[in-house]
Amino acid sequence: MSGTTIQRDRRRRQAIFRWVVLGLALLYFLVPMVSLFDFSIRFPLTGNVDLDSWAALFGGDDSGRLDMLGEGLTNSLIMAVMTVVISLALLLPTMVLVKLKSPQFSRAVEFISLLPLTIPAVVLVVGLAPIYLVISTRILDSNTIWLAFAYVILVLPFVYRSLDAGLRAIDLKTLTETARSFGASWWTIMVRVIVPNVRTAIISAVFISVALVLGEFTFARMLARTNLQTALFQINLSDGQIAAAVSLIALGGTTILLVLLDLVVGLREAARRRPEEPLAAAAPAPTPTETSAS
Amino acid sequence: MTTQPLTGRDATASRPARRWLAHAGTLPFFAYTGVFLILPTLLVVVGAFRSREGAFTLNGLEQLLSPRTLTIFANSLVLSAVTAVVGAVLGALIAYALATAPSGSMGRRLFTAFCSVVAQFGGVMLAFAFIATFGINGLLTRLLQDWAGYTVNGQFLSTLPGVAVVYAYFQIPLMVIVFLPALDGLRVQWREATENLGGSTWTYWSRVAGPILAPSFLGSLLLLFANSFSAFATAAALISQQTLIVPMEIESALRNENDLGMDAYAQALALGMIVVVALVMWAYAALQKRAARWTA
Repeated sequence: MSGTTIQRDRRRRQAIFRWVVLGLALLYFLVPMVSLFDFSIRFPLTGNVDLDSWAALFGGDDSGRLDMLGEGLTNSLIMAVMTVVISLALLLPTMVLVKLKSPQFSRAVEFISLLPLTIPAVVLVVGLAPIYLVISTRILDSNTIWLAFAYVILVLPFVYRSLDAGLRAIDLKTLTETARSFGASWWTIMVRVIVPNVRTAIISAVFISVALVLGEFTFARMLARTNLQTALFQINLSDGQIAAAVSLIALGGTTILLVLLDLVVGLREAARRRPEEPLAAAAPAPTPTETSAS
Repeated sequence: MTTQPLTGRDATASRPARRWLAHAGTLPFFAYTGVFLILPTLLVVVGAFRSREGAFTLNGLEQLLSPRTLTIFANSLVLSAVTAVVGAVLGALIAYALATAPSGSMGRRLFTAFCSVVAQFGGVMLAFAFIATFGINGLLTRLLQDWAGYTVNGQFLSTLPGVAVVYAYFQIPLMVIVFLPALDGLRVQWREATENLGGSTWTYWSRVAGPILAPSFLGSLLLLFANSFSAFATAAALISQQTLIVPMEIESALRNENDLGMDAYAQALALGMIVVVALVMWAYAALQKRAARWTA
Protein backbone atom coordinates (compact mmCIF):
# COMPACT_ATOMS: atom_id res chain seq x y z
CA MET A 1 0.00 0.00 0.00
CA SER A 2 2.70 2.45 1.00
CA GLY A 3 4.42 1.76 -2.32
CA THR A 4 1.59 3.29 -4.31
CA THR A 5 1.56 6.38 -2.10
CA ILE A 6 5.28 6.81 -2.68
CA GLN A 7 4.73 6.39 -6.40
CA ARG A 8 1.86 8.86 -6.49
CA ASP A 9 3.96 11.38 -4.58
CA ARG A 10 6.82 10.81 -6.92
CA ARG A 11 4.66 11.23 -9.97
CA ARG A 12 3.33 14.54 -8.63
CA ARG A 13 6.83 15.76 -7.82
CA GLN A 14 8.03 14.69 -11.27
CA ALA A 15 5.18 16.59 -12.90
CA ILE A 16 6.04 19.77 -10.98
CA PHE A 17 9.73 19.32 -11.79
CA ARG A 18 8.89 18.72 -15.44
CA TRP A 19 6.74 21.82 -15.81
CA VAL A 20 9.23 24.08 -14.04
CA VAL A 21 12.26 22.85 -15.98
CA LEU A 22 10.58 22.66 -19.36
CA GLY A 23 8.92 26.02 -18.82
CA LEU A 24 12.25 27.68 -18.08
CA ALA A 25 13.90 25.87 -21.00
CA LEU A 26 11.13 26.98 -23.32
CA LEU A 27 11.57 30.57 -22.16
CA TYR A 28 15.32 30.32 -22.73
CA PHE A 29 14.90 28.83 -26.20
CA LEU A 30 12.18 31.25 -27.25
CA VAL A 31 13.76 34.57 -26.23
CA PRO A 32 16.33 34.63 -29.10
CA MET A 33 13.62 33.52 -31.55
CA VAL A 34 11.28 36.29 -30.43
CA SER A 35 14.20 38.73 -30.65
CA LEU A 36 14.86 37.52 -34.18
CA PHE A 37 11.26 38.28 -35.11
CA ASP A 38 11.40 41.66 -33.36
CA PHE A 39 14.60 42.42 -35.23
CA SER A 40 13.02 41.52 -38.58
CA ILE A 41 10.14 43.99 -38.18
CA ARG A 42 11.76 46.85 -36.29
CA PHE A 43 13.85 49.43 -38.07
CA PRO A 44 16.92 49.78 -35.82
CA LEU A 45 17.56 53.53 -36.09
CA THR A 46 14.06 54.87 -35.54
CA GLY A 47 12.40 51.96 -33.77
CA ASN A 48 9.54 52.07 -36.29
CA VAL A 49 7.80 48.77 -36.83
CA ASP A 50 7.05 47.70 -40.39
CA LEU A 51 6.71 44.45 -42.28
CA ASP A 52 8.95 45.61 -45.12
CA SER A 53 11.39 42.68 -44.95
CA TRP A 54 8.58 40.12 -44.86
CA ALA A 55 6.78 41.86 -47.69
CA ALA A 56 9.98 41.80 -49.75
CA LEU A 57 10.35 38.06 -49.14
CA PHE A 58 6.79 37.05 -49.90
CA GLY A 59 5.49 39.83 -52.14
CA GLY A 60 8.37 39.82 -54.58
CA ASP A 61 11.06 42.47 -54.66
CA ASP A 62 12.65 43.88 -57.75
CA SER A 63 15.40 45.94 -56.17
CA GLY A 64 17.83 43.06 -56.66
CA ARG A 65 18.75 42.81 -53.00
CA LEU A 66 17.37 39.27 -52.82
CA ASP A 67 19.26 38.04 -55.90
CA MET A 68 22.14 36.58 -53.95
CA LEU A 69 19.80 34.90 -51.50
CA GLY A 70 17.90 33.35 -54.40
CA GLU A 71 21.14 32.11 -55.92
CA GLY A 72 22.31 30.68 -52.60
CA LEU A 73 18.98 28.97 -51.94
CA THR A 74 18.91 27.48 -55.45
CA ASN A 75 22.46 26.19 -55.11
CA SER A 76 21.72 24.73 -51.68
CA LEU A 77 18.58 22.97 -52.90
CA ILE A 78 20.38 21.50 -55.94
CA MET A 79 23.22 20.36 -53.70
CA ALA A 80 20.76 18.83 -51.23
CA VAL A 81 19.32 16.67 -54.01
CA MET A 82 22.78 15.76 -55.34
CA THR A 83 24.05 14.90 -51.88
CA VAL A 84 21.08 12.68 -51.10
CA VAL A 85 21.29 10.84 -54.43
CA ILE A 86 25.06 10.32 -54.36
CA SER A 87 25.24 9.30 -50.70
CA LEU A 88 22.44 6.77 -51.01
CA ALA A 89 23.71 5.40 -54.33
CA LEU A 90 27.16 5.05 -52.83
CA LEU A 91 26.29 3.64 -49.44
CA LEU A 92 23.20 1.43 -49.81
CA PRO A 93 24.56 -1.01 -52.46
CA THR A 94 27.91 -1.11 -50.70
CA MET A 95 26.36 -1.91 -47.32
CA VAL A 96 24.09 -4.59 -48.80
CA LEU A 97 26.99 -6.13 -50.69
CA VAL A 98 29.19 -6.12 -47.63
CA LYS A 99 26.50 -7.70 -45.47
CA LEU A 100 25.80 -10.45 -48.00
CA LYS A 101 29.08 -11.13 -49.74
CA SER A 102 32.10 -9.40 -48.28
CA PRO A 103 31.61 -9.32 -44.50
CA GLN A 104 35.36 -8.92 -44.06
CA PHE A 105 34.98 -5.33 -45.30
CA SER A 106 32.24 -4.38 -42.87
CA ARG A 107 34.63 -2.91 -40.28
CA ALA A 108 36.41 -0.88 -42.95
CA VAL A 109 33.16 0.52 -44.35
CA GLU A 110 31.93 1.38 -40.86
CA PHE A 111 35.22 3.02 -39.90
CA ILE A 112 35.37 5.16 -43.05
CA SER A 113 31.70 6.10 -42.82
CA LEU A 114 32.02 7.28 -39.23
CA LEU A 115 35.41 8.93 -39.75
CA PRO A 116 33.96 12.34 -40.72
CA LEU A 117 32.61 12.64 -37.16
CA THR A 118 36.22 12.68 -35.97
CA ILE A 119 37.51 15.14 -38.54
CA PRO A 120 36.05 18.64 -38.09
CA ALA A 121 34.70 20.22 -41.27
CA VAL A 122 37.09 23.11 -40.79
CA VAL A 123 40.01 20.63 -40.90
CA LEU A 124 38.68 18.69 -43.87
CA VAL A 125 38.29 21.88 -45.88
CA VAL A 126 42.02 22.61 -45.55
CA GLY A 127 42.72 19.36 -47.38
CA LEU A 128 39.81 19.84 -49.76
CA ALA A 129 41.04 23.26 -50.91
CA PRO A 130 43.77 21.87 -53.24
CA ILE A 131 41.40 19.15 -54.47
CA TYR A 132 38.75 21.72 -55.34
CA LEU A 133 41.41 23.80 -57.03
CA VAL A 134 42.01 20.87 -59.39
CA ILE A 135 38.27 20.24 -59.80
CA SER A 136 37.50 23.84 -60.65
CA THR A 137 40.43 24.39 -63.04
CA ARG A 138 40.95 21.04 -64.77
CA ILE A 139 37.95 18.76 -64.36
CA LEU A 140 34.75 20.76 -63.95
CA ASP A 141 34.37 24.45 -63.13
CA SER A 142 34.06 26.63 -60.06
CA ASN A 143 30.28 26.26 -59.85
CA THR A 144 29.06 26.05 -56.26
CA ILE A 145 27.06 22.88 -56.82
CA TRP A 146 30.19 20.68 -57.08
CA LEU A 147 30.55 21.23 -53.34
CA ALA A 148 27.91 18.50 -53.09
CA PHE A 149 30.73 15.95 -53.58
CA ALA A 150 32.24 17.09 -50.30
CA TYR A 151 28.83 17.32 -48.60
CA VAL A 152 28.40 13.60 -49.27
CA ILE A 153 31.32 13.08 -46.88
CA LEU A 154 29.69 15.31 -44.24
CA VAL A 155 26.42 13.36 -44.28
CA LEU A 156 28.10 9.93 -44.55
CA PRO A 157 28.04 9.09 -40.80
CA PHE A 158 24.36 9.95 -40.45
CA VAL A 159 23.30 8.12 -43.60
CA TYR A 160 25.40 5.11 -42.53
CA ARG A 161 23.86 4.92 -39.06
CA SER A 162 20.37 5.29 -40.41
CA LEU A 163 20.79 2.63 -43.12
CA ASP A 164 22.64 0.33 -40.74
CA ALA A 165 19.69 0.41 -38.32
CA GLY A 166 17.29 -0.20 -41.22
CA LEU A 167 19.28 -3.13 -42.66
CA ARG A 168 19.68 -4.74 -39.25
CA ALA A 169 15.93 -4.75 -38.77
CA ILE A 170 15.20 -6.85 -41.87
CA ASP A 171 16.22 -10.38 -42.79
CA LEU A 172 18.36 -9.36 -45.74
CA LYS A 173 19.58 -12.86 -46.51
CA THR A 174 16.16 -14.50 -46.71
CA LEU A 175 14.74 -11.62 -48.72
CA THR A 176 17.48 -11.75 -51.35
CA GLU A 177 17.50 -15.54 -51.50
CA THR A 178 13.75 -15.60 -52.06
CA ALA A 179 13.97 -12.93 -54.73
CA ARG A 180 16.89 -14.67 -56.43
CA SER A 181 15.08 -18.01 -56.51
CA PHE A 182 12.22 -16.23 -58.27
CA GLY A 183 14.73 -15.11 -60.87
CA ALA A 184 15.09 -11.48 -59.85
CA SER A 185 18.20 -9.63 -60.98
CA TRP A 186 20.40 -7.75 -58.54
CA TRP A 187 18.97 -4.46 -59.79
CA THR A 188 15.41 -5.68 -59.13
CA ILE A 189 16.40 -6.90 -55.68
CA MET A 190 17.95 -3.56 -54.85
CA VAL A 191 15.13 -1.35 -56.11
CA ARG A 192 12.07 -3.47 -55.45
CA VAL A 193 13.02 -5.55 -52.42
CA ILE A 194 15.62 -3.79 -50.32
CA VAL A 195 14.71 -0.13 -50.87
CA PRO A 196 11.03 -0.59 -49.93
CA ASN A 197 12.03 -2.57 -46.85
CA VAL A 198 14.37 0.08 -45.49
CA ARG A 199 12.17 2.97 -46.55
CA THR A 200 11.93 4.45 -43.06
CA ALA A 201 15.70 4.44 -42.73
CA ILE A 202 16.05 6.11 -46.13
CA ILE A 203 13.51 8.78 -45.20
CA SER A 204 15.36 9.74 -42.05
CA ALA A 205 18.71 9.67 -43.88
CA VAL A 206 17.25 12.02 -46.48
CA PHE A 207 15.96 14.45 -43.86
CA ILE A 208 19.24 14.62 -41.96
CA SER A 209 21.16 15.08 -45.21
CA VAL A 210 18.90 17.86 -46.46
CA ALA A 211 19.05 19.67 -43.10
CA LEU A 212 22.85 19.39 -42.99
CA VAL A 213 23.32 20.62 -46.54
CA LEU A 214 20.93 23.55 -46.14
CA GLY A 215 22.69 24.53 -42.92
CA GLU A 216 26.25 24.10 -44.19
CA PHE A 217 28.48 27.15 -43.94
CA THR A 218 32.10 26.14 -43.34
CA PHE A 219 32.97 24.56 -46.71
CA ALA A 220 31.17 27.23 -48.73
CA ARG A 221 32.72 30.09 -46.77
CA MET A 222 36.27 28.73 -46.84
CA LEU A 223 36.12 27.84 -50.53
CA ALA A 224 34.35 31.13 -51.39
CA ARG A 225 31.17 29.60 -52.81
CA THR A 226 27.60 30.90 -52.57
CA ASN A 227 25.13 28.68 -50.73
CA LEU A 228 22.16 29.55 -48.57
CA GLN A 229 24.21 30.22 -45.43
CA THR A 230 27.00 32.24 -47.03
CA ALA A 231 24.35 34.28 -48.87
CA LEU A 232 22.60 34.91 -45.54
CA PHE A 233 25.94 35.89 -44.06
CA GLN A 234 26.52 38.40 -46.86
CA ILE A 235 22.98 39.79 -46.81
CA ASN A 236 23.20 40.31 -43.07
CA LEU A 237 26.01 42.78 -43.66
CA SER A 238 23.76 45.01 -45.78
CA ASP A 239 20.22 44.11 -44.70
CA GLY A 240 20.01 42.46 -41.28
CA GLN A 241 16.21 42.50 -41.22
CA ILE A 242 15.91 40.28 -44.29
CA ALA A 243 18.55 37.93 -42.87
CA ALA A 244 16.59 37.73 -39.61
CA ALA A 245 13.31 36.98 -41.38
CA VAL A 246 14.88 34.26 -43.55
CA SER A 247 16.59 32.69 -40.52
CA LEU A 248 13.30 32.52 -38.68
CA ILE A 249 11.57 30.87 -41.65
CA ALA A 250 14.40 28.36 -42.04
CA LEU A 251 14.55 27.42 -38.35
CA GLY A 252 10.78 27.18 -37.98
CA GLY A 253 10.29 25.32 -41.24
CA THR A 254 12.93 22.72 -40.44
CA THR A 255 11.45 22.13 -36.98
CA ILE A 256 8.02 21.46 -38.47
CA LEU A 257 9.53 19.12 -41.10
CA LEU A 258 11.32 17.16 -38.37
CA VAL A 259 8.12 16.81 -36.33
CA LEU A 260 6.37 15.44 -39.43
CA LEU A 261 9.24 13.01 -40.05
CA ASP A 262 9.09 11.91 -36.42
CA LEU A 263 5.36 11.25 -36.74
CA VAL A 264 5.79 9.29 -39.99
CA VAL A 265 8.61 7.14 -38.58
CA GLY A 266 6.66 6.65 -35.34
CA LEU A 267 3.59 5.43 -37.22
CA ARG A 268 5.64 3.00 -39.27
CA GLU A 269 7.38 1.61 -36.23
CA ALA A 270 4.03 1.14 -34.54
CA ALA A 271 2.89 -0.77 -37.62
CA ARG A 272 6.04 -2.86 -37.59
CA ARG A 273 5.47 -3.93 -33.99
CA ARG A 274 2.11 -5.49 -34.84
CA PRO A 275 2.74 -9.23 -34.60
CA GLU A 276 0.44 -10.35 -37.44
CA GLU A 277 2.72 -8.79 -40.04
CA PRO A 278 5.96 -10.69 -39.84
CA LEU A 279 8.58 -10.16 -42.54
CA ALA A 280 7.48 -7.32 -44.75
CA ALA A 281 5.97 -5.11 -42.07
CA ALA A 282 8.31 -2.24 -42.82
CA ALA A 283 7.11 -2.05 -46.40
CA PRO A 284 3.36 -1.67 -46.55
CA ALA A 285 2.71 -1.21 -50.26
CA PRO A 286 5.19 -3.07 -52.50
CA THR A 287 5.84 -6.32 -50.67
CA PRO A 288 8.85 -8.45 -51.59
CA THR A 289 6.66 -11.05 -53.27
CA GLU A 290 5.85 -8.59 -56.03
CA THR A 291 9.38 -8.88 -57.33
CA SER A 292 8.69 -12.38 -58.63
CA ALA A 293 6.72 -10.77 -61.43
CA SER A 294 9.76 -9.24 -63.06
CA MET B 1 24.74 -16.07 -61.43
CA THR B 2 21.01 -15.94 -60.82
CA THR B 3 20.16 -19.60 -60.24
CA GLN B 4 22.66 -20.39 -57.51
CA PRO B 5 21.23 -19.56 -54.09
CA LEU B 6 23.49 -17.71 -51.71
CA THR B 7 25.15 -19.95 -49.21
CA GLY B 8 27.83 -19.50 -46.60
CA ARG B 9 31.37 -18.36 -47.16
CA ASP B 10 32.56 -21.84 -48.17
CA ALA B 11 30.48 -21.80 -51.32
CA THR B 12 31.62 -18.33 -52.29
CA ALA B 13 35.22 -19.17 -51.54
CA SER B 14 35.06 -22.01 -54.04
CA ARG B 15 34.37 -19.47 -56.76
CA PRO B 16 37.14 -16.92 -56.42
CA ALA B 17 36.11 -15.07 -59.58
CA ARG B 18 32.65 -14.35 -58.27
CA ARG B 19 33.99 -13.38 -54.87
CA TRP B 20 36.26 -10.87 -56.51
CA LEU B 21 33.30 -9.55 -58.45
CA ALA B 22 31.44 -9.00 -55.18
CA HIS B 23 34.48 -7.32 -53.66
CA ALA B 24 34.77 -5.10 -56.72
CA GLY B 25 31.25 -3.86 -56.01
CA THR B 26 32.58 -2.05 -52.96
CA LEU B 27 35.17 -0.24 -55.07
CA PRO B 28 33.08 2.88 -55.86
CA PHE B 29 32.62 3.50 -52.13
CA PHE B 30 36.31 3.15 -51.30
CA ALA B 31 37.34 5.17 -54.36
CA TYR B 32 34.95 8.02 -53.55
CA THR B 33 35.84 8.24 -49.87
CA GLY B 34 39.47 7.90 -50.90
CA VAL B 35 39.30 11.06 -52.98
CA PHE B 36 37.05 13.21 -50.79
CA LEU B 37 37.90 11.99 -47.27
CA ILE B 38 41.18 10.09 -47.01
CA LEU B 39 43.13 12.21 -49.51
CA PRO B 40 42.20 15.57 -47.90
CA THR B 41 43.09 14.19 -44.48
CA LEU B 42 46.47 13.00 -45.77
CA LEU B 43 47.01 16.37 -47.46
CA VAL B 44 46.51 18.03 -44.08
CA VAL B 45 48.86 15.68 -42.22
CA VAL B 46 51.56 15.73 -44.89
CA GLY B 47 51.04 19.41 -45.66
CA ALA B 48 51.80 20.33 -42.06
CA PHE B 49 55.39 19.23 -42.69
CA ARG B 50 55.86 20.43 -46.26
CA SER B 51 57.07 23.74 -47.53
CA ARG B 52 55.71 25.29 -50.71
CA GLU B 53 58.52 23.68 -52.70
CA GLY B 54 57.66 20.27 -51.28
CA ALA B 55 60.63 20.00 -48.90
CA PHE B 56 60.32 18.83 -45.32
CA THR B 57 59.80 21.71 -42.90
CA LEU B 58 58.96 22.28 -39.26
CA ASN B 59 57.94 25.85 -40.02
CA GLY B 60 54.23 25.11 -39.60
CA LEU B 61 54.74 23.34 -36.28
CA GLU B 62 56.95 26.17 -35.06
CA GLN B 63 54.18 28.65 -35.73
CA LEU B 64 51.71 26.27 -34.11
CA LEU B 65 53.77 26.46 -30.91
CA SER B 66 54.16 30.23 -31.01
CA PRO B 67 52.64 32.07 -28.02
CA ARG B 68 49.97 33.73 -30.18
CA THR B 69 48.72 30.45 -31.64
CA LEU B 70 48.87 28.71 -28.29
CA THR B 71 46.65 31.46 -26.86
CA ILE B 72 44.14 30.83 -29.64
CA PHE B 73 44.21 27.10 -28.91
CA ALA B 74 43.75 27.86 -25.21
CA ASN B 75 40.75 30.06 -26.07
CA SER B 76 39.21 27.23 -28.09
CA LEU B 77 39.85 24.66 -25.36
CA VAL B 78 38.43 26.85 -22.59
CA LEU B 79 35.40 27.80 -24.69
CA SER B 80 34.74 24.16 -25.54
CA ALA B 81 35.25 22.93 -21.96
CA VAL B 82 33.01 25.57 -20.39
CA THR B 83 30.19 25.26 -22.91
CA ALA B 84 30.43 21.46 -22.81
CA VAL B 85 30.04 21.39 -19.01
CA VAL B 86 27.27 24.00 -18.94
CA GLY B 87 25.54 22.34 -21.88
CA ALA B 88 25.85 18.86 -20.39
CA VAL B 89 24.48 19.80 -16.94
CA LEU B 90 21.57 21.95 -18.15
CA GLY B 91 20.88 19.68 -21.11
CA ALA B 92 20.77 16.59 -18.87
CA LEU B 93 18.29 18.35 -16.57
CA ILE B 94 16.02 19.24 -19.49
CA ALA B 95 16.41 15.76 -20.96
CA TYR B 96 15.33 14.23 -17.65
CA ALA B 97 12.28 16.49 -17.51
CA LEU B 98 11.44 15.40 -21.06
CA ALA B 99 12.01 11.73 -20.22
CA THR B 100 9.36 11.87 -17.50
CA ALA B 101 6.83 13.02 -20.12
CA PRO B 102 4.95 10.34 -22.09
CA SER B 103 7.08 9.44 -25.11
CA GLY B 104 4.43 9.94 -27.77
CA SER B 105 3.23 13.34 -26.63
CA MET B 106 3.17 16.17 -29.15
CA GLY B 107 4.96 18.54 -26.77
CA ARG B 108 7.88 16.16 -26.49
CA ARG B 109 8.06 15.65 -30.26
CA LEU B 110 8.04 19.38 -30.87
CA PHE B 111 10.65 20.02 -28.19
CA THR B 112 13.07 17.37 -29.44
CA ALA B 113 12.59 18.47 -33.06
CA PHE B 114 13.40 22.06 -32.13
CA CYS B 115 16.44 20.83 -30.19
CA SER B 116 17.85 18.91 -33.14
CA VAL B 117 17.31 21.86 -35.46
CA VAL B 118 19.06 24.30 -33.14
CA ALA B 119 21.84 21.81 -32.34
CA GLN B 120 22.72 20.85 -35.90
CA PHE B 121 21.29 23.28 -38.39
CA GLY B 122 21.62 26.77 -37.02
CA GLY B 123 25.21 28.10 -36.94
CA VAL B 124 24.95 31.42 -38.73
CA MET B 125 21.27 31.89 -37.94
CA LEU B 126 21.82 31.43 -34.21
CA ALA B 127 24.43 34.15 -34.36
CA PHE B 128 21.81 36.44 -35.94
CA ALA B 129 19.34 35.50 -33.23
CA PHE B 130 21.78 36.51 -30.51
CA ILE B 131 22.73 39.72 -32.26
CA ALA B 132 18.97 40.43 -32.25
CA THR B 133 18.93 39.63 -28.51
CA PHE B 134 22.15 41.05 -27.04
CA GLY B 135 23.39 43.26 -29.87
CA ILE B 136 23.38 47.04 -29.66
CA ASN B 137 19.75 47.11 -30.85
CA GLY B 138 18.86 43.77 -29.32
CA LEU B 139 15.56 43.08 -27.63
CA LEU B 140 17.05 42.16 -24.25
CA THR B 141 19.59 44.97 -24.49
CA ARG B 142 16.73 47.46 -24.80
CA LEU B 143 14.58 45.79 -22.13
CA LEU B 144 17.47 45.69 -19.67
CA GLN B 145 18.19 49.33 -20.38
CA ASP B 146 14.56 50.43 -20.00
CA TRP B 147 13.60 48.29 -17.03
CA ALA B 148 16.77 47.77 -15.05
CA GLY B 149 18.93 50.63 -16.27
CA TYR B 150 21.63 48.09 -17.11
CA THR B 151 23.64 48.72 -20.26
CA VAL B 152 24.86 45.62 -22.12
CA ASN B 153 28.34 46.10 -23.51
CA GLY B 154 27.91 46.58 -27.26
CA GLN B 155 30.94 44.39 -27.95
CA PHE B 156 29.76 41.62 -25.60
CA LEU B 157 29.06 39.11 -28.38
CA SER B 158 32.58 39.54 -29.79
CA THR B 159 34.20 38.46 -26.53
CA LEU B 160 34.90 34.93 -25.36
CA PRO B 161 32.11 34.99 -22.71
CA GLY B 162 29.71 36.36 -25.31
CA VAL B 163 30.56 33.59 -27.77
CA ALA B 164 30.16 31.08 -24.92
CA VAL B 165 26.60 32.32 -24.27
CA VAL B 166 25.71 31.74 -27.92
CA TYR B 167 27.44 28.34 -27.97
CA ALA B 168 25.45 27.24 -24.92
CA TYR B 169 22.35 27.80 -27.01
CA PHE B 170 23.29 24.94 -29.34
CA GLN B 171 25.19 22.84 -26.79
CA ILE B 172 22.23 22.46 -24.41
CA PRO B 173 19.87 21.15 -27.14
CA LEU B 174 22.59 18.82 -28.44
CA MET B 175 22.89 17.34 -24.94
CA VAL B 176 19.12 16.89 -24.81
CA ILE B 177 19.06 14.83 -28.00
CA VAL B 178 22.15 12.71 -27.28
CA PHE B 179 21.35 12.07 -23.60
CA LEU B 180 17.60 11.44 -23.92
CA PRO B 181 18.03 7.82 -25.16
CA ALA B 182 20.13 6.96 -22.10
CA LEU B 183 17.43 8.36 -19.78
CA ASP B 184 14.73 6.50 -21.68
CA GLY B 185 16.74 3.35 -20.98
CA LEU B 186 16.21 3.72 -17.22
CA ARG B 187 13.56 1.22 -16.18
CA VAL B 188 10.79 2.11 -13.77
CA GLN B 189 11.34 -1.31 -12.17
CA TRP B 190 14.80 -0.28 -10.97
CA ARG B 191 13.30 2.64 -9.11
CA GLU B 192 10.51 0.50 -7.71
CA ALA B 193 13.00 -2.12 -6.62
CA THR B 194 15.01 0.56 -4.82
CA GLU B 195 11.86 1.79 -3.09
CA ASN B 196 10.77 -1.72 -2.11
CA LEU B 197 14.15 -2.26 -0.52
CA GLY B 198 13.67 0.94 1.47
CA GLY B 199 15.87 3.23 -0.62
CA SER B 200 15.16 6.94 -0.84
CA THR B 201 15.25 9.11 -3.92
CA TRP B 202 18.81 10.02 -3.01
CA THR B 203 19.75 6.31 -2.77
CA TYR B 204 18.22 5.72 -6.18
CA TRP B 205 20.15 8.52 -7.86
CA SER B 206 23.48 7.96 -6.09
CA ARG B 207 23.54 4.16 -6.08
CA VAL B 208 21.44 3.06 -9.08
CA ALA B 209 20.70 5.63 -11.77
CA GLY B 210 23.85 7.71 -11.27
CA PRO B 211 26.37 4.92 -11.89
CA ILE B 212 24.32 3.62 -14.82
CA LEU B 213 24.11 7.05 -16.46
CA ALA B 214 27.67 8.17 -15.68
CA PRO B 215 29.36 6.71 -18.80
CA SER B 216 26.64 8.10 -21.10
CA PHE B 217 26.84 11.48 -19.39
CA LEU B 218 30.62 11.67 -19.72
CA GLY B 219 30.45 10.42 -23.30
CA SER B 220 27.91 13.10 -24.19
CA LEU B 221 30.07 15.68 -22.45
CA LEU B 222 33.00 14.73 -24.70
CA LEU B 223 30.78 14.85 -27.78
CA LEU B 224 29.73 18.37 -26.80
CA PHE B 225 33.35 19.33 -26.33
CA ALA B 226 34.28 18.09 -29.80
CA ASN B 227 31.20 19.79 -31.23
CA SER B 228 32.05 23.23 -29.95
CA PHE B 229 35.76 22.78 -30.62
CA SER B 230 34.94 22.16 -34.30
CA ALA B 231 32.25 24.85 -34.63
CA PHE B 232 33.03 27.68 -37.01
CA ALA B 233 29.87 29.23 -38.45
CA THR B 234 28.55 30.85 -35.27
CA ALA B 235 31.82 32.53 -34.37
CA ALA B 236 32.39 33.64 -37.96
CA ALA B 237 29.00 35.34 -38.06
CA LEU B 238 29.49 36.96 -34.64
CA ILE B 239 33.01 38.28 -34.96
CA SER B 240 34.54 39.99 -37.94
CA GLN B 241 37.57 41.92 -36.70
CA GLN B 242 39.64 39.57 -34.61
CA THR B 243 40.72 35.95 -34.37
CA LEU B 244 39.45 34.31 -31.22
CA ILE B 245 39.39 30.57 -31.83
CA VAL B 246 41.28 28.01 -33.94
CA PRO B 247 38.78 27.63 -36.84
CA MET B 248 38.93 31.40 -37.40
CA GLU B 249 42.72 31.27 -37.46
CA ILE B 250 42.50 28.47 -40.04
CA GLU B 251 40.25 30.67 -42.16
CA SER B 252 42.69 33.57 -42.17
CA ALA B 253 45.63 31.20 -42.77
CA LEU B 254 43.82 29.74 -45.79
CA ARG B 255 43.14 33.24 -47.12
CA ASN B 256 46.80 34.18 -46.68
CA GLU B 257 48.11 31.23 -48.67
CA ASN B 258 50.15 33.65 -50.76
CA ASP B 259 52.00 34.92 -47.73
CA LEU B 260 55.37 33.14 -47.89
CA GLY B 261 55.88 33.24 -44.16
CA MET B 262 52.74 31.16 -43.60
CA ASP B 263 53.93 27.92 -45.22
CA ALA B 264 52.12 24.88 -43.86
CA TYR B 265 50.49 26.97 -41.13
CA ALA B 266 46.86 26.17 -42.04
CA GLN B 267 47.72 22.49 -42.25
CA ALA B 268 49.58 22.60 -38.94
CA LEU B 269 46.58 24.25 -37.25
CA ALA B 270 44.30 21.62 -38.77
CA LEU B 271 46.63 18.87 -37.56
CA GLY B 272 46.49 20.34 -34.07
CA MET B 273 42.71 20.17 -34.19
CA ILE B 274 42.78 16.58 -35.44
CA VAL B 275 44.98 15.57 -32.49
CA VAL B 276 42.64 17.19 -29.94
CA VAL B 277 39.46 15.78 -31.47
CA ALA B 278 41.03 12.33 -31.96
CA LEU B 279 41.92 12.17 -28.25
CA VAL B 280 38.40 13.24 -27.30
CA MET B 281 36.75 10.75 -29.65
CA TRP B 282 38.98 7.94 -28.44
CA ALA B 283 37.87 8.59 -24.87
CA TYR B 284 34.29 8.82 -26.14
CA ALA B 285 34.48 5.40 -27.82
CA ALA B 286 35.87 3.85 -24.63
CA LEU B 287 33.01 5.34 -22.59
CA GLN B 288 30.41 4.24 -25.16
CA LYS B 289 31.62 0.68 -24.73
CA ARG B 290 30.97 0.92 -20.99
CA ALA B 291 27.59 2.58 -21.49
CA ALA B 292 26.52 -0.19 -23.90
CA ARG B 293 26.40 -2.66 -20.98
CA TRP B 294 23.10 -1.21 -19.82
CA THR B 295 21.29 -0.90 -23.11
CA ALA B 296 20.84 -4.63 -23.72
